[in-house]
Amino acid sequence: MNARQEILARIRRAVAGAPEVEIPRGYRTHVTLEDPVGRFAERVGDYRAVVHVVPAAEVPGRLAELVAGRRMAAPEGLPWLEAVRGAAAELILDGPGLSVAELDRVDGVVTGCAVAVAETGTIVLDERQGRRALTLVPDYHLCVVQAAQIVASVPEALARLTPTSPLTWVSGPSATSDIELDRVEGVHGPRTLEVVISA
Amino acid sequence: MSATFLGMPGNLSKNTDFPKNAAKAVQNSQLRFNLRKATHTIRGKRAAVVSELPDWQDLRAAGRAIKDHTLRHLDRYLLQLEEAVTARGGHVHWARDAAEANRIVTDLVKATGEREVVKVKSMATQEIGLNEHLAAHGITAYETDLAELIVQLGHDFPSHILVPAIHRNRAEIREIFLREMPGAPEGLTDEPRALAEAARLHLRERFLKAKVAVSGANFMIAETGTMVVLESEGNGRMCLSLPETLISVVGIEKLLPAWHDLEVFLQLLPRSSTGERMNPYTSMWTGSVEGQDFHLVLLDNGRTRVLADEVGRQALRCIRCSACLNVCPVYERAGGHAYGSVYPGPIGAILTPQLRGMGSELDASLPYASSLCGACYEVCPVAIDIPQVLVDLRAKAPHGLAERAGMRAAWWLFAREGRLAAAQRLAARLRRLIPRRLPGPLGAWTDTRDVPDIPRQSFRDWWKESGS
Ligand code: SF4
Repeated sequence: MNARQEILARIRRAVAGAPEVEIPRGYRTHVTLEDPVGRFAERVGDYRAVVHVVPAAEVPGRLAELVAGRRMAAPEGLPWLEAVRGAAAELILDGPGLSVAELDRVDGVVTGCAVAVAETGTIVLDERQGRRALTLVPDYHLCVVQAAQIVASVPEALARLTPTSPLTWVSGPSATSDIELDRVEGVHGPRTLEVVISA
Repeated sequence: MSATFLGMPGNLSKNTDFPKNAAKAVQNSQLRFNLRKATHTIRGKRAAVVSELPDWQDLRAAGRAIKDHTLRHLDRYLLQLEEAVTARGGHVHWARDAAEANRIVTDLVKATGEREVVKVKSMATQEIGLNEHLAAHGITAYETDLAELIVQLGHDFPSHILVPAIHRNRAEIREIFLREMPGAPEGLTDEPRALAEAARLHLRERFLKAKVAVSGANFMIAETGTMVVLESEGNGRMCLSLPETLISVVGIEKLLPAWHDLEVFLQLLPRSSTGERMNPYTSMWTGSVEGQDFHLVLLDNGRTRVLADEVGRQALRCIRCSACLNVCPVYERAGGHAYGSVYPGPIGAILTPQLRGMGSELDASLPYASSLCGACYEVCPVAIDIPQVLVDLRAKAPHGLAERAGMRAAWWLFAREGRLAAAQRLAARLRRLIPRRLPGPLGAWTDTRDVPDIPRQSFRDWWKESGS
C-alpha cells in the first residue's frame, strides 16, 4: 500500500461506526449596521491605520495630495489612476516584467479592494489589486474603499469573494506582539496603511 | 534547558517527566514573571473581543460540529481536496509519519537545487523536526516569525503556541540579537520597536532573494482546494508569495469542507488567539498561483491513531489558538518547556500522549499536568472537553509509569499553599466525572479517602508516608 492508500485506510478504520454530526448554524450570517462606513472607519482606525472619509468626487484630489512627490506603484485599471500619475514623482504599473527589486525601490503602492468588513476593520485584496508582491514589498499602502464594498460581517465578505483568486485579508499595518505582547506596528509588511473611504 | 530536543516523536529523554520539568521552571522567577504578565494580558484582550460578538456560543457550537463532521468523513474530504488542489496545478503528497514527510520535503528542496529555505511558523514542521532533518542534508531553514527567530537564534525551544518566545523578556531578546544576529545594530536598545526593526532588516534581503519557502496552514478547504494562513507580521506573506517554490506541510485534520465554513473559523480563531477582531494578515491561495510551484504534504504522524479513540479524537478539532494555555494555572507556573513537546499547555497534555503514545515517563505524566479546573474547556473555541480527555488518558496510561509520574504530578500540583484551591477544584471535577474510584495512580488515593474532601494535612501526611 502506498502512503495515500494507507492513510485513507487508517481513517476509514478509525471512524467506522462513528455517529453522523449535525451542524447547527445559529450564528449571524447577516448583520445590519446603522452606519457601516462609520463602523469600518472606526475599526480600521483601531489598528492605527490612517483613515479618510471623502465624498466620491473628491477622491482623485485626495489621492493626489497623498501621493505627491512619492514614487508609487499600482495595479492597472484603477479609475483614478490619472490623478495619481499626475501627482506622484513616478508611477510604475504592475505587470509580469516588474521585479521584486524594482518594487523594493518604490515608496508606496495604491490599490482598491475587493470587499471590506466593517465589524473587523478588514480590507480584502484580490488579483485585481495586482500580484501579491505589489501590496507587500513597498512600505506604504494606500487603499481606496468604495462605500458599496463595505459589508458588515465576515460571512457577508466571504460570500462576495472568489476563492480561486489569491486573496490577502489586511487588518491594519503589519504588526507583532512577540516581545512581551507589546504591539509594535511594522515588521515585514507595509508599516503604514492609509485608507481612503469613498462615501 | 537540556540539549535534548523534545520534539516528536522518538528522541525523548527518558529521564524527565512533567513534574521534574515543572519544578525547575517554578524556580525560575524571571520565567514565571514573563509568563504571568503575558498570559494575563492576552486573556483580557480575548475576553473583550469575544464579548463583542452576541453569537459567540453559536459560532463555537458550529465550529465544534463542522470539525466533528469533517473528521467523520475525513477520507472523502481529503480526496476532494486533493482533486481540487491538483486541478489548479498544485502537487499533493501523503506522509504516514515524520520520517516520510521529512524525506518528501527534503527531496523537493533538493530538486530545486537550493540550499536555503525560508519558513513561516508552523507547528507541524516543528512536530516532525523538519529543520533538523534539513540541516542533516545540508539545507539551512531560516525561521522568519519574530518569536521563532528569537527561539532559533537563542538555540532554544518554543514555549507557547502563539508567542513561542513568551518566556523571554525584552532584555534577554536584545542580548540574543546582539550575540547571534549578524549585523545587529551596535546601539540596539531593548525597545520592542527597535528589536522588531532589527529583525526586519535582518530578514529583508533573505525574503527578497528566497527561492523556496516552507509553511504550514491553519485551514484547507476541501471544496475549493484553498489554503489559509493567518499571521501578523507579514513574514508569512513574504514566504507565501515571493519564492518560486512553496511547500506546505499540513496535518490532515486541518481540513474544512466548504468555503463558507471559513465564516465560522475566521471569527473564532483571531479573537481566541491574539485577542484581536482580526489578525493583521490572512493569505488564501488555491493550487499554483502567480506561476509558483506549489506542493502540499498531507501529514498523518499519529493523527489517525487519535481519530480512532472515541474520547480522545476531539483533540483533533484543535485550531491551535492557544487560549487554553493562557488561562491554565498549571501552564502559568510550569511554562511551556515542561510539556516536552511543541504542543504545550492543556492541549499538549492531551495531544502529545495520544500522538506519541504513553511509552515514556514524560508522556505518561502529561495527563496529570492539570488540576482539571475546566478553564481550558470554557475558552476553547471548538469546545474540546480537555478535562474529560485527561481523565480518560489517565485511565489508559501504562500502570507503572503513570504511577510514578502521576504521584509526582499530584505532589507538584498540591504540595504548595497556592495550589490548594486547585486541588479542591480537582476534587469537585472528579466527583462529577468519576463518582467512586479514580483511574490510574490516584485510584490508590481514593481507595482510602473520599474524593471531595482533601484535608490539606492528611494529603501531606499521605505524601510523606508514600515517600518521594
Ligand atoms: S484546545 Fe481549544 S483552546 Fe486550546 S489551542 Fe486548541 S482550539 Fe485553542
